[in-house]
Amino acid sequence: MSIRDNAWQMSEALHNKEISAVELANDHFDQISKVDKDVHAFLYLDKEGALAQAKEVDKKRAAGEKLSPLAGVPLALKDVMTQRDIPTTCGSKILENWRPPYDSTVVTKLKDAGVVILGKTNMDEFAMGSSTENSAFGPTHNPWDLSRIPGGSGGGSAASLAAFEAPLAIGTDTGGSIRQPAAVTGTVGVKPTYGGVSRYGLVAFSSSLDQAGPCARTVLDTALLHQVIAGYDPKDSTSINQAVPDVVAAAKKLDVKGMKIGIVKQLSGDGYQKGVSNKFNDAIAELVKLGAEIVEVSCPNFEYALAAYYLIAPSECSSNLARFDSIRFGLRVGDDGIKSAEEVMNLTRQAGFGREVKRRIILGTYALSSGYYDAYYGSAQKVRTLIKQDFDNAFTKCDVLVSPTAPTTAFKIGEKSEDPLAMYLNDIATIPVNMAGIGGMSLPCGLAEEDNLPVGFQIMAPAMKDDRMYLVGGALEAALLSKWGKPILDFAPILAGSK
Amino acid sequence: MAAISRDEVANLARLARISMSDAELDHLAGEMDVILGAVARVQEVASADVAPTSHPLAVNNVTREDVVTTSLTPAQALSGAPASAEQRFKVPQILGEE
Amino acid sequence: MSLDFDQAIAKYEPTLGLEVHVELNTKSKMFCGCATEFGAEPNTQTCPVCLGLPGSLPVVNKRAIESTILIGLALNCSIAPFSRFARKNYFYPDMPKNFQTSQYDEPICVNGYLDVDVETDSGNQTFRVEIERVHMEEDTGKSLHVGGSTGRIHGAEYSLLDYNRAGIPLVEIVTKIVPNTGKYAPEVARAYVASLRDILRGLKVSDVKMEQGSLRCDVNLSLSPTGSGKLGTRSETKNVNSLRSVERAVTGEIIRQSNRLETGERIVQETRHFLEESGQTRPGRSKEKAEDYRYFPEPDLVPVVPDAKWIEELRKQLPEKPADRRKRLQLAWSVPDKEMAAMVNAELLDTVEATVLLGSDPTKARSWWLGEVSRIANDRAVSPTELISVKDVAQIIELISSGELTDKLARQVVEGVIAGEGSPSEVITKRGLKVVSDDSQLMSAIESAIAAAPETAERVRGGNIPAAGALIGAVMKSTGGQADAAKVRELLLKHLGQ
Repeated sequence: MSIRDNAWQMSEALHNKEISAVELANDHFDQISKVDKDVHAFLYLDKEGALAQAKEVDKKRAAGEKLSPLAGVPLALKDVMTQRDIPTTCGSKILENWRPPYDSTVVTKLKDAGVVILGKTNMDEFAMGSSTENSAFGPTHNPWDLSRIPGGSGGGSAASLAAFEAPLAIGTDTGGSIRQPAAVTGTVGVKPTYGGVSRYGLVAFSSSLDQAGPCARTVLDTALLHQVIAGYDPKDSTSINQAVPDVVAAAKKLDVKGMKIGIVKQLSGDGYQKGVSNKFNDAIAELVKLGAEIVEVSCPNFEYALAAYYLIAPSECSSNLARFDSIRFGLRVGDDGIKSAEEVMNLTRQAGFGREVKRRIILGTYALSSGYYDAYYGSAQKVRTLIKQDFDNAFTKCDVLVSPTAPTTAFKIGEKSEDPLAMYLNDIATIPVNMAGIGGMSLPCGLAEEDNLPVGFQIMAPAMKDDRMYLVGGALEAALLSKWGKPILDFAPILAGSK
Repeated sequence: MAAISRDEVANLARLARISMSDAELDHLAGEMDVILGAVARVQEVASADVAPTSHPLAVNNVTREDVVTTSLTPAQALSGAPASAEQRFKVPQILGEE
Repeated sequence: MSLDFDQAIAKYEPTLGLEVHVELNTKSKMFCGCATEFGAEPNTQTCPVCLGLPGSLPVVNKRAIESTILIGLALNCSIAPFSRFARKNYFYPDMPKNFQTSQYDEPICVNGYLDVDVETDSGNQTFRVEIERVHMEEDTGKSLHVGGSTGRIHGAEYSLLDYNRAGIPLVEIVTKIVPNTGKYAPEVARAYVASLRDILRGLKVSDVKMEQGSLRCDVNLSLSPTGSGKLGTRSETKNVNSLRSVERAVTGEIIRQSNRLETGERIVQETRHFLEESGQTRPGRSKEKAEDYRYFPEPDLVPVVPDAKWIEELRKQLPEKPADRRKRLQLAWSVPDKEMAAMVNAELLDTVEATVLLGSDPTKARSWWLGEVSRIANDRAVSPTELISVKDVAQIIELISSGELTDKLARQVVEGVIAGEGSPSEVITKRGLKVVSDDSQLMSAIESAIAAAPETAERVRGGNIPAAGALIGAVMKSTGGQADAAKVRELLLKHLGQ
């Protein structure tokens, strides 16, 4: 048993009592203590809580109780999810030291399944960013090359997987925050259909786009985690009241013969790094070998997706982040007994929010203000309709759509931090999925020849057909594994001090 | 001509309750101008015959029954408050409507 | 020289608009399961949702939607086939999310009306108040201002916030402008709020207690020179918390605005506050710039799309309209207009009806509740029903009808019951208040009365029946009021050969 094993292997080892949950948790804390000073994937470690949960699972297993498949398997939780009495910062100064008095539904489900939550992972402040450089607590480093970004906003979760600090992680994806970090760290990340996983306790960035999802090192591991966290939640009015598709069975099926796979014309070409395009094409060739039928589809309005996203997400965030006002929770600045509540609120928000968050709040405030609403927010909503129509049309011609997940491999820390528009382009291929509320997966499809860094392959499926992503992803992953002879992360440099 | 003036940005900051230094305002006004120039593209295809989509889900009438559930204790409710007194959240003087 | 109300009305035509906020009486809040008890200890009815904690999400209370639809139906509104919540964005410390979840351009009920009757110089006149919209939203928390002089916001050192009220369902009922009320504007405004209150009470959707804030009224008023046909600039007066205040606020604004216009000043579109003591209004804190609420569809909630079946089920639950009920009862009980109005104003219609339903004569029921019981209640500044139960009053009326009590004795019984001496029968026993019905006992009293006034008795014998009154009075006096006057009269006249 090694920390480099996959979650499903750990699950079997636990089941067969080859290792205890306590030992497994300790092994991971050990790895974290060795590598996280360099990676900085975690913002908070809950050793006490994790070991208590592990002990409980071991006790139940010893007593012969029937346990969930992931009982005792460790997990890293993105710091945007509330966990009762555990600091939840969203990577922001404004929430430093806030300990929520309640569990998010995802955390409740994880706890009920016996999953061992190791701690909270780093992220771009309030999930706004594509590099984790916008964290108020310093950036996370990509385990493939510590001078590079791990993607964002969920860079901490993805890096923790690539650094073998955890076999499972929770991410959230508003415009690509699960899939793009997965792509640049050589891991797997899934954004389920909007409404598939409860948003209760997910600190909102953009409510109509946010979606939590599973992250892991293999497609099957993400499926197992998907099964645990998905499902209807009466606390979330936008949760879908339908059975969760059998994603685990789909991930195990490894058969795509006769499936129609659509390549989105607009998500390729100019702006995509050469190595990214090459690896994507290689993966397509594998799918053809597996018997899939490849079609090209056109989604002309995807061209406007990025612009619409950068109106809708900031608009919603300007409202969602209004509650950070120094009254009921979080930071308070400037309360000297003389200043008014309003002044203290203004100073707190000045000091508590980082540059990108302020930029988006101001942009959203503008887009919603009277006189500009129709031209900006209103127009963006219309683009959203057009994008949905493009997907609907495309899915009449194929079962799933595919594209590279991100236009480039991991870039250098600091390379794009002064150019917001260049940074926003990282999400160009992932955003349409959020706009339409459908599912998207990223899995590794090789290393770009220019820089030997991982490339992500995106699979998009119609709403509530999440099993199709797992079906295609599982089959492609198996084909690539036999081609490479070993998992992609085995090509990554071994981190100093690592096991 | 700039799409947005520095004064407009200052007004937005006031609406959003964020203090900003002159330097911050200058910097942000420039950035906003560039970003707005880029996102204004949405207007190219947003014709009158396209219906807006504000939400990806096509679900209606999600409600809960009128049943009382357990509240937080006052201690839990106040646990994150920067200041409290008399079982209430304490804030500096409010300069608003009465 | 300043204008008084009559002078103002002679020169200017008022245009009214009323916005009423009603707190629904659901058990739980609008978007979470917290309780809604009035007067609970601070912050005992809060949760992550109504505190606006990061990550929390709202779920709509079904009963609140149904109550709102019921209100819309009772106000003759159309129920929108598609309705949505919207966020109204502005910062205020008593508002946990710094946006109010409300409705904007897609309210649930639109285009209704309410007819109200007002007594005019030419008799009763009906004014139609058109309803623009009825929509759902949530209440804010409450602030307590500490330091400074009087608990007021200005001069306070700090404020304390209690979010128990935050998230209690509110319904806002907005009228269209009400034109052509002339000098009756104050009465129309009052009658509208009073009728609305009756309807809401009848629907059992709210406590409608203005003094506790479960019904709050904003009065919009503008003036235009009579005959000009142009709408003037309006003021919005808040904090109008009783029916009387509604009337006074309208009167006060008509006088204030007319005097400004007379001196050539402009009316500023602003929010004003009603001052209970003086009946005048004062300006609110003026804002540097107009608020921009940046409404947009609430992404955490889904649309409300009531189908015909749901609406019809609710329509079946509608009670009789208060005005119809009043007409029906007035006819059934043969009550003159004036007395009917008195009963309604005293809010005793329900009580009298309940008494009648227990078998009492409507006239007697009305006169006991509005007479003796109300008199004592007024003295003690309580409501009549707090003093004595409907059942006790009905029993007393029955004892009068069966001749076991005289009116005079019955008053003593009422007094005893109110004093806590027990049920009417217990009071009768304890105080020994039985009517003297023993004929021999009465006869000896009659004979004594005749002996004491032989001349009067002679006149009665001679056919002067009205003269018997004095003798009857003497008998009643000698029996301490416990005799039945009718019985005494019968025996006396018989004894004197009449």
